[in-house]
Amino acid sequence: MNLLDIIIAIPAIGFLLALFVPRTQPQLSRLFALGVSLVAFVASLGLVTGFDNHAAGQQFVTNAVWIQNPEIHYHVGIDGLSLWLIMLSTFLTPIAILISWNYIQDRVKEFFAFLLLLEFGLIGVFAAWDLFLFYAFWEVVLVPMYFLIGIWGHDRRIYAAVKFFLYTMVGSVLMLAAIIFLYTQAGTFDYVTILDMLQSGRIALTHTQETLLFLAFFLAFAIKVPLFPLHTWLPDAHVEAPTAGSVMLASVMLKMGTYGLVRFCLPMFPGAAKENAPWIATLAIIGIVYGALVAMVQPNMKKLVAYSSVSHLGFVVLGVFSLTQTGLDGAVYQMLNHGISTGALFVLVGFLYERKHSLAIKDYGGVATVAPWLSIIFMITTFASIGLPTLNNFVGEFLVLQGAAIRSISWAAFAGLGVILSACYMLWMYQRVFFGTVDGVEPVADAHGGHGGHDDHAPAAPGHKSHASDSHGHAMPDLSPREWACVVPLVVMMVWMGMYSQSFLPVISTQNTRILDATHKGAISFTNPKGASHVNMTPVAGGSAHAR
Amino acid sequence: MFKLWLIPLLPFLGFLINGILGKKLPKLAINAVAVGSVLASFLWVALVVGPSSDWGAHKLQAHYFTWIASGNFHVGWDFAVDKLTIIMLMIVTGIGSLIHIYATGYMDHEGGYYRFFAYLNLFMFFMLNLVLAANYLILFVGWEGVGLCSYLLIGFYFNKKSATTAGNKAFIVNRIGDFGFALAMFIIVINFGTLDFTKVFAKAPGAPVETLTAIALLMLVGAAGKSAQIPLYVWLPDAMEGPTPVSALIHAATMVTAGVYMCTRSAVIFLHAPIAMETVAIIGLATAVFAATIGITQYDIKKVFAYSTVSQLGYMFLGVGVGAFSAGVWHLMTHAFFKALLFLGAGSVIHACHGEQDMRHMGGLKKYAPWTCIVLACASLAIAGFPGTSGFFSKDAILTAAYEHAPWMFWVGVVTAGMTAFYVWRAFWMTFWGEYRGHGKPHESPMVMLAPLMVLAVLSLGGGFLFNVPEILKDMFPLKEEIPEEHMLMAISVAAGLLGIGISWYMYVVNQELPGKIANAFGPLYRLINDKYRVDEAYDAAIVEPLIEGSTAILWKTVDAGVIDGTVNGVGSQAQGIGNVLKLIQSGNIRSYATWIVAGSVVIIILMGIAGGVR
Repeated sequence: MNLLDIIIAIPAIGFLLALFVPRTQPQLSRLFALGVSLVAFVASLGLVTGFDNHAAGQQFVTNAVWIQNPEIHYHVGIDGLSLWLIMLSTFLTPIAILISWNYIQDRVKEFFAFLLLLEFGLIGVFAAWDLFLFYAFWEVVLVPMYFLIGIWGHDRRIYAAVKFFLYTMVGSVLMLAAIIFLYTQAGTFDYVTILDMLQSGRIALTHTQETLLFLAFFLAFAIKVPLFPLHTWLPDAHVEAPTAGSVMLASVMLKMGTYGLVRFCLPMFPGAAKENAPWIATLAIIGIVYGALVAMVQPNMKKLVAYSSVSHLGFVVLGVFSLTQTGLDGAVYQMLNHGISTGALFVLVGFLYERKHSLAIKDYGGVATVAPWLSIIFMITTFASIGLPTLNNFVGEFLVLQGAAIRSISWAAFAGLGVILSACYMLWMYQRVFFGTVDGVEPVADAHGGHGGHDDHAPAAPGHKSHASDSHGHAMPDLSPREWACVVPLVVMMVWMGMYSQSFLPVISTQNTRILDATHKGAISFTNPKGASHVNMTPVAGGSAHAR
Repeated sequence: MFKLWLIPLLPFLGFLINGILGKKLPKLAINAVAVGSVLASFLWVALVVGPSSDWGAHKLQAHYFTWIASGNFHVGWDFAVDKLTIIMLMIVTGIGSLIHIYATGYMDHEGGYYRFFAYLNLFMFFMLNLVLAANYLILFVGWEGVGLCSYLLIGFYFNKKSATTAGNKAFIVNRIGDFGFALAMFIIVINFGTLDFTKVFAKAPGAPVETLTAIALLMLVGAAGKSAQIPLYVWLPDAMEGPTPVSALIHAATMVTAGVYMCTRSAVIFLHAPIAMETVAIIGLATAVFAATIGITQYDIKKVFAYSTVSQLGYMFLGVGVGAFSAGVWHLMTHAFFKALLFLGAGSVIHACHGEQDMRHMGGLKKYAPWTCIVLACASLAIAGFPGTSGFFSKDAILTAAYEHAPWMFWVGVVTAGMTAFYVWRAFWMTFWGEYRGHGKPHESPMVMLAPLMVLAVLSLGGGFLFNVPEILKDMFPLKEEIPEEHMLMAISVAAGLLGIGISWYMYVVNQELPGKIANAFGPLYRLINDKYRVDEAYDAAIVEPLIEGSTAILWKTVDAGVIDGTVNGVGSQAQGIGNVLKLIQSGNIRSYATWIVAGSVVIIILMGIAGGVR
């Protein structure tokens, strides 16, 4: 029983105990869930401090037989890839609980219990080293999310929940088939053993087998990411989900897909990964541009952020299938970045919704006048999301694009369009929601033009009431202490990850080197055999504008 | 020892203090923090870093921490100082200090006072980062950061839609430029493995010409965005929505010259890419003429100076493009003096006229605002290239170099110089001569605004004398031999300037009917130019509208909702049954869903187990 087991157990036990909280005491349910998630978060900090970046392989390993026949192990451990994703899960769960504090008034107990179950599943997914265990956790995650959307969602929640469930199930079934096939070949579900057998050639797959297995896993993960054109469940799920559901979905659950690509698709099927990389990268690029363009014209804030996720996750997939060190490092970093900044966007949109009960952009305007701090935090998040250097997303996007450019400068060029478009959709939304005036009428021009356009409504204006309300009578107060507690950690992470990536990247980089080494050991040579996984540092003679 | 980090950090602290606590601070404290931090940076540069740095071969270098590292690719938060940097630092902190002082007077009655100075200090932080950077990525941090501040300050009056729209436009158009810049960086990394200036420039001469041309052209895209060159200049005129001190500091003196600085910094790359150089020169020249023609027809005093800025930036690019890097930087500096003065003077004029910006409602101000009149005369002489003024030296250096490169470029430049003199003096006469045509009684600005203007007036007149940039930079950019025709060329460009002043005097003082007659005679052409060639409208029709319409009608409504979802819903309707069953469960009389979840999970896991057992 090591720390990792304890961290997995905390939300599971918390979930079970939460069910015994009397229904008549919703406050106790909230406090209990918050307490459990905070304990899990504090415990998970021990993973970071105890992690040895120089040690090879997994750490905090437990390997015990769970089911005798067929032999399924409870085999968990972490490496540089899963470490931060587990941290992301434990970091965001308390925030998801806090934002639901007042918003959820119906079936309070079940709601918070589900969030703990979700956390349990997410940590499990990132920790599992037995393929069957992985699959079990994968499905465990699906269940609470289905109900979070289906019970506490908005008007079209059933449609969204079923769509979400069906999409994901289709992928899951294919992955299950692939797992079972591997079991028939290897006689075990243990991922380390299977990987070793594949790499040493003790399981010899034909080209067709490898391709089909790769595609089965890939499809399951691609739906989860979601990769264009498999993305249409995401906007519906996000729009209908309660805020906490959107946050966990966007921030962590989507990363299950990208995590799977890196963890399983690359090392197990290196040949197929290389062969199929070009069209997958192309889909990723289409997704980047497509998601951004569709986000640009959304009238609904949550839908806008959802489509922006399609675009951002396209960067992750592009980075992964650039099969370069830089691209992969950027992709993994971008998973975390997206978790923080898009999570924050959903949190903030949720705050707006709680105030005005609308997600339509046109119903807003002039929020900066009445709720200046909310506006400032939203602005920081906006600029994090569009990749302003010094904030987190820039580091990831830059590395991904650099990695893509090494493969082909045209990849970077097309994907880079997404960076331009992200400024369009985010700033246009920001302008319509936060700028202007609350009642939509501009202050009477006093013929002073630019100068003297008094901004009496500006945050500085003396005697300004922070609890102003708009013309529809909805109160638009500024951030409450509870809301501050939700957003401050997120903003701190945006700045930290943007300014000092060295706290996070080395661990990721070390692990990615191993994954790429394993990948490039694969038979089919994609490009020049040596150094293809690194930024090409060869001297300039013979270099050209285009990558070799 | 030199603590280079102090230079940007002081304004950053000012930003933090005013940004977080400013609401509760008295104005005096806000002023002290905002002005004091920038002034302290200026003094540090002028008294410590500037004089004591080794102006020889050894540059000041400082490595603070590794910012991004992946594989063999490392980027440090590194600063470096050489002579070019010192010049830029002096301009940015010096002009910055003056404008901060001026703004305490100008913004005195405005709401959001602390917010304004917080943004202004943040701008200084990023701008200083930009010029101190020792590698392209740290330069890019400053580059994007000043874009952010520009966005915030253009949209400072955020209740006004036109202001926030202009802010968005500035940021988005700049993003297009940054896209080019980023691609240039990717190619640099692929070929040189690093973004450090010293390493890149050491390796660059050995690289193939096509690679260097690609890098240089992509950098030009970035520079065209930031420095408002064709075809990306469209954001700068709109940026005048911001308060006037912002126009002076960001959109005239410092930020918009970042593109020129970047090209000069990358001189090694450009010099080995002749096609790129030629492109830079032609774009610069075209922008200079194009913007000057628009400047002639505008009535908003800030718009006149905005197009003038675009035009003068074109001059700087012309200098860079013909290989006269130090002349370009010289003009960058003198332009910072006289254009900051023109804008701040315009601010004083607007202040005097109670917020009026239309020159048709001004006039006769020399009586009411004599000091403003005098300092603006100095600036107008300088920009017209009057002999002995700062603008004379730098403009002449550029035009001479252009002549050596290609005589036709010189002649186009001379015509532009004549137009420049014309429209600036047109603005001068319309503002200060004749009778006052506005409302209320105009008044002179307070001393806190006038004092910085006077300093700038001295610099506008004597700046060319005092700071001979080509001489200072001769180690980096060797001076060219004087050519025989030089005095002739000088006489021609001076004559063009004087002619421009003379014609404007005739048209706007002596024979005031004439402008209207000319405008009528060239009706359609005049309206086209007055409408700024309708470039914004063309961009909207050709790019923005199709993008929005296409995304809505084709991508969203057809592909997403139609094709993809249509397919999915086809499958989904099959599963309608599932949905109905689930609905029943939800409306049912169930005590706790959790029971179902546990049961469901168990069932799934058991099913898996069975499935797994089947061989």
